[in-house]
Amino acid sequence: MSNTAQEVEKVTILFAGDSGDGIQLTGSQFSNTAALYGNDLSTFPDFPAEIRAPIGTVAGVSGFQINFGSTDIYTPGDESDVLVVMNAAALKKNLNRLKPRGSVILNVAGFDKRNLSLAGYEAEENPITDGTLDDYNLVQMDVTKLTRDCLKETSLGMKEKDRSKNMFVLGFVYWMYNRKLDVTIDFIQSKFGKRAPEIAEANIAVLKAGYAFGETSETFSNRFEVRPAKMAPGTYRNVMGNQATAIGVIAAGRKAGLEIFYGGYPITPASDILHELSKHKNYGVRTFQAEDEIAGICSAIGASFGGHLGVTASSGPGIALKTEALGLAVMLELPLLVINVQRGGPSTGLPTKTEQADLMQAVYGRNGEAPIPVLAARTPSDCFATVYEATRIAVEHMTPVFFLSDGYLANGAEPWMYPSADDLAEIHPKFAKPVEGKEYLPYERDEKLVREWAIPGIRDLEHRIGGLEKEDGTGNVSYDPDNHQHMTDTRQAKVDKIADYIPEQAIDNGLEKGKVLVLGWGSTFGAIKTAVLELVAEGYEVGHAHLRYLNPFPKNLAEVLGRYDHVLIPEMNNGQLVRIIRDKFLVDAKAFNKVKGIPFTAAEIKNKVAEIYTS
Amino acid sequence: MTTEKNPTPLTAKDLKTDQDVRWCPGCGDYSILKQVQSVMPDIGVEREDMVFISGIGCSSRFPYYMNTYGMHSIHGRATAVASGLKATRPELSVWIITGDGDSLSIGGNHLIHLLRRNFDVNILMFNNQIYGLTKGQYSPTSELGKRTKSTPLGSVDHPFNPLSLTMGADATFVARSLDRDPIHLREILKKANEHKGASMIEIYQNCNVFNDGAFELFSDKRTKLENTIMLEEGQPLIYGEQRDKGIVLDGYKPKMVSLDEVSADDLWIHDSSDRIKADMLVRFFDDPNIEGNFPRPFGIFYQEDRFTYDDALNEQLEAHIEESGSGDLDALLRGNNTWVID
Ligand SMILES: Cc1ncc(C[n+]2csc(CCOP(=O)(O)OP(=O)(O)O)c2C)c(N)n1
Ligand code: SF4
Repeated sequence: MSNTAQEVEKVTILFAGDSGDGIQLTGSQFSNTAALYGNDLSTFPDFPAEIRAPIGTVAGVSGFQINFGSTDIYTPGDESDVLVVMNAAALKKNLNRLKPRGSVILNVAGFDKRNLSLAGYEAEENPITDGTLDDYNLVQMDVTKLTRDCLKETSLGMKEKDRSKNMFVLGFVYWMYNRKLDVTIDFIQSKFGKRAPEIAEANIAVLKAGYAFGETSETFSNRFEVRPAKMAPGTYRNVMGNQATAIGVIAAGRKAGLEIFYGGYPITPASDILHELSKHKNYGVRTFQAEDEIAGICSAIGASFGGHLGVTASSGPGIALKTEALGLAVMLELPLLVINVQRGGPSTGLPTKTEQADLMQAVYGRNGEAPIPVLAARTPSDCFATVYEATRIAVEHMTPVFFLSDGYLANGAEPWMYPSADDLAEIHPKFAKPVEGKEYLPYERDEKLVREWAIPGIRDLEHRIGGLEKEDGTGNVSYDPDNHQHMTDTRQAKVDKIADYIPEQAIDNGLEKGKVLVLGWGSTFGAIKTAVLELVAEGYEVGHAHLRYLNPFPKNLAEVLGRYDHVLIPEMNNGQLVRIIRDKFLVDAKAFNKVKGIPFTAAEIKNKVAEIYTS
Repeated sequence: MTTEKNPTPLTAKDLKTDQDVRWCPGCGDYSILKQVQSVMPDIGVEREDMVFISGIGCSSRFPYYMNTYGMHSIHGRATAVASGLKATRPELSVWIITGDGDSLSIGGNHLIHLLRRNFDVNILMFNNQIYGLTKGQYSPTSELGKRTKSTPLGSVDHPFNPLSLTMGADATFVARSLDRDPIHLREILKKANEHKGASMIEIYQNCNVFNDGAFELFSDKRTKLENTIMLEEGQPLIYGEQRDKGIVLDGYKPKMVSLDEVSADDLWIHDSSDRIKADMLVRFFDDPNIEGNFPRPFGIFYQEDRFTYDDALNEQLEAHIEESGSGDLDALLRGNNTWVID
């Protein structure tokens, strides 16, 4: 029994099992422990589409991938080193994501006849014995039996006993990676300790049993050590994308001196923003679960008219419903934050899978000329900074703003060196005040072309606004042709002018000029970064620029594009940013598209860059 | 927001804007605008604290003609916009202006949800039983068989009974009035304003261009008395040219009776706090041209004291602040588990 652990730089583990097996909890506990130990990490939860898919089937498999290491980690990992499977379906679905010669930790109880058949294996076919797993390092254990044995003495029913199976596996993996159990023990205590002490004890006992099994059994001799990452000094926490988004909204509201009103309707994967915001009413956050997405955005517009920060969030189909109201917000020129946590489309599409195919909708998708600024986050923690910036633009430029996230960012987690409140930039709303002897003009503008925010309840600022075209200055209804041209141009110029108030585009990774620029946006950041850094290390002259501002673009973007022979744009859509870039800059940018509901791997991007490198 | 009273008392004239009112000459909307402008100075709300929110339709141009705060929003959504405004600014006096198409067709969903939540707002639903702004298609309240541009052979849609729908959505103030009865309308507007909670006033409004005379039976001197009952709190339901007819309740069945046979003391006495009776009253909704129809009631059908959404939301927020203190941003940013790398 070797107890000397082999040191490795980074590891990807994929936990997979039936959606009732507690896989997400297992994964997030392992992540929290790794994070507190000081590893850098990135996670990727993969939910089944149906809430209660038939037990034991491939459709019901839930997965949680974590990539953690002593080096910087930018993605949840292309392929996994370790695949933990609770049943045959989990193996069937995920074996193709395991590295050659990787380890499979397998619950044999999940491979009986019934499970094999539910997973779609032919009669007599059994991957444990038929050679399928010969090239892998296979660890078998009867998790179900071992868990039941451990809980023999308790008064719990069989079902309850089996529910702690996942703790056995988690304990075992903790042993494999030489981790302490305290984070998870604390978690179990706080979750069940008071309410159901027997359950808490059972879970802890099984967790410890799993750990002890690793120590005592002869089945597995490899133990690994992943040292803390050399991350920038500072204080860190773990954060998921939707959580970072909600916190960012609250922080921005605070720094703007505005209370927040959130109007929304539940939809995957945006709902957690509503859940998170609803917990923080004491930060002056009002949440309103509206009757539909239209009411969600309209109520937010009403709140903004009243001087609060109106916020609404949704995902593809819900954003489609909000479109008419977005046009109204453009005409009203009120601040409004619109969050789109993109998912696979069109229509209901792949609700639990990720895609970035709503960019065109965000930039262009309204009737009439209705320009709206668009920003996109790149990592789970970057949701904070980006939504903060989106809010600043909404408030300081009196406009609706789109903030784009996606399912992959929303549910993914990473360590975050969170800022202190003092570090955050102030946001300056421009509220109108009555001026003695001067008539108030609701559509009078400043040098940024921004009108003032006049809220009901203030004497002498009474005014009427609405969706009909308005006369410049007075805001009175006007059908005058020249005025309409002028107002259309002005609304566009107002949005274009935002480029004067945002940072220039930087090269995020790799070389400042060279053969290929990989231009990305959104959640492809980690995969592109990994690919570009590896390519540079191999001697390729490539750079990576990642756009946060998609409308308007940073002022120097044309110049940045010009510094490379080729521009490659990988996107999880059928070519949206690439069209906008070609249109605006007349460059021969190359599209690289993947619309599978799963993120790019770094390897895919590397290969593509290498392919066009010499062309 | 208001700290001091306006030094000069508000008059109806102050509430006029410099915008030309652009409804068709003879449109019932003029009268409603006039009644609102004349009532508002008396309701004890400062002009800057009034907000008029409308959807889209002829009637929804209303806010442009009121010299207060206003928003002309999008079709059917005034209720939703007003919900967000009222949730965040409960101290404002919020008035929703909407048409029958606006609130019952495209905006039906928001209407019922606003009512059940009981936001403290006033809804003035201008019902002309037609789509005015889009030039004369039938609306969800148009009668069966209605011939319009979109129903040249007659509509086969069963019409909505707006107040029954409103009762079904658990509204806390349900009333009907009409453009051609200014005194009644002003009275109802005042009562609606006094009511804490969602007030729904259906106002019969004559669209003299596309549906002229739709409510003539209820407004014309010659037919009015036979076809309407004016609801008055604590008073028996009496109607008729000679005030010689009344309504009695026979078990759960309302019946029209002649006062020759039944004494006024035995008639149905109006009690706007009685939900069951209100449910029946809003069902006095037959086609007035049909023989033996019930007279159409006007006035306040139902009124109930129920907590408002805006109060509940804001009280919950304040209670949470009291309990856990006003949120500390650094604590939120930090979360529950942190670690240090040095
Ligand atoms: C989304 C949308 N659909 C359709 C219209 C066209 N439209 C404007 S007003 C209206 C109906 C108006 O009828 P009603 O609400 O009864 O008001 P009225 O004009 O009779 O006062 C329609 C269909 C629109 N403006 N917006
Ligand atoms: S169309 Fe009818 S409702 Fe509209 S303004 Fe003319 S008369 Fe009034």
